[in-house]
Amino acid sequence: MMLWNRTRKVVTWWVVTFVTGDDWTVAAAVGAGLLATWGLVRSGVPAWWLLPLVVLGATVSSLYRAVLRER
Amino acid sequence: MNTAVLISTFLAASIEVIEMVAIVVAVGATRQWRGALAGTLAGLLVLAVLIAALGTALQRVPLSPIRVVVGALLLTFGLQWVRKGVRSVSRDGWTTGIGEQQVEEDVGDGFDWTGFLLAFRGVSLEGLEIAVIVVAFGAANHAIASAAIGAAASVLLIGALGAASYRLVARIPRRALQLFVGALLTTFGTFWANEGLGADWPGGDLALLWLGAFYIAAALVLVRVVSYWRQGTPRRLRAAEPLTEGRSR
Repeated sequence: MMLWNRTRKVVTWWVVTFVTGDDWTVAAAVGAGLLATWGLVRSGVPAWWLLPLVVLGATVSSLYRAVLRER
Repeated sequence: MNTAVLISTFLAASIEVIEMVAIVVAVGATRQWRGALAGTLAGLLVLAVLIAALGTALQRVPLSPIRVVVGALLLTFGLQWVRKGVRSVSRDGWTTGIGEQQVEEDVGDGFDWTGFLLAFRGVSLEGLEIAVIVVAFGAANHAIASAAIGAAASVLLIGALGAASYRLVARIPRRALQLFVGALLTTFGTFWANEGLGADWPGGDLALLWLGAFYIAAALVLVRVVSYWRQGTPRRLRAAEPLTEGRSR
């Protein structure tokens, strides 16, 4: 039981620190961008441009929501 | 000694070593040197064990899935720093956090596991790529020793340059550094994840330069945009408020 609790704590810390942070939607958008890039590459479409665009869009949207929350 | 193999390996490995050293210096300067250096040592140790265990079979290690996983994690973590950096610089200005002032709330006096894992991943992935270069160049020309010396020289030279750049990096205000390091991690993350998925970058490894410039430029624009949003939001809210007695617009 103690081992399970400790493992759960470590996994939660790891996911929050490295993946979700303070806005899980950015991590979700990155995941979707990776999947879409993989799909396009498999279809033979050059897809290097997609991930930077997804990253930019998700960042702008996250920052806008953060500013609104500060109010 | 095969000089051609030595020089080719030195040059090919240098690109990977620059990425490795950039991550370690960035993480150490922004978070904690103890965690970053321990992560570097742990990464090198794992790498040494892998090389000893696999030898020339390293060429068969599938790098693509490793690139996708490490790239995606660096990307999501780097973006957190970009967002934090943009928000704090747009609120407090560029000069906050000069000297030893901490900007990362979660870095206490204890060991920095986040910095440790960031450095560990960067060093182990890049180190693995260097090892594959050594094996590929060395085995093809039956000159593994020359290839290993070329790669080792590259690690020592660029590592020393990275260590020497520490004082220069320490002079940069922490908030600004957090923003630029976030953009750097985001750049490496995007680059590796896309490479792992098989999306070839125009210009090959040189894409790191323009991709980094793109993210830094976007971050600088976002600092201005977020400042504008902060100033604009109260005005809009005020405009939406109903007029009360004794108040006029």
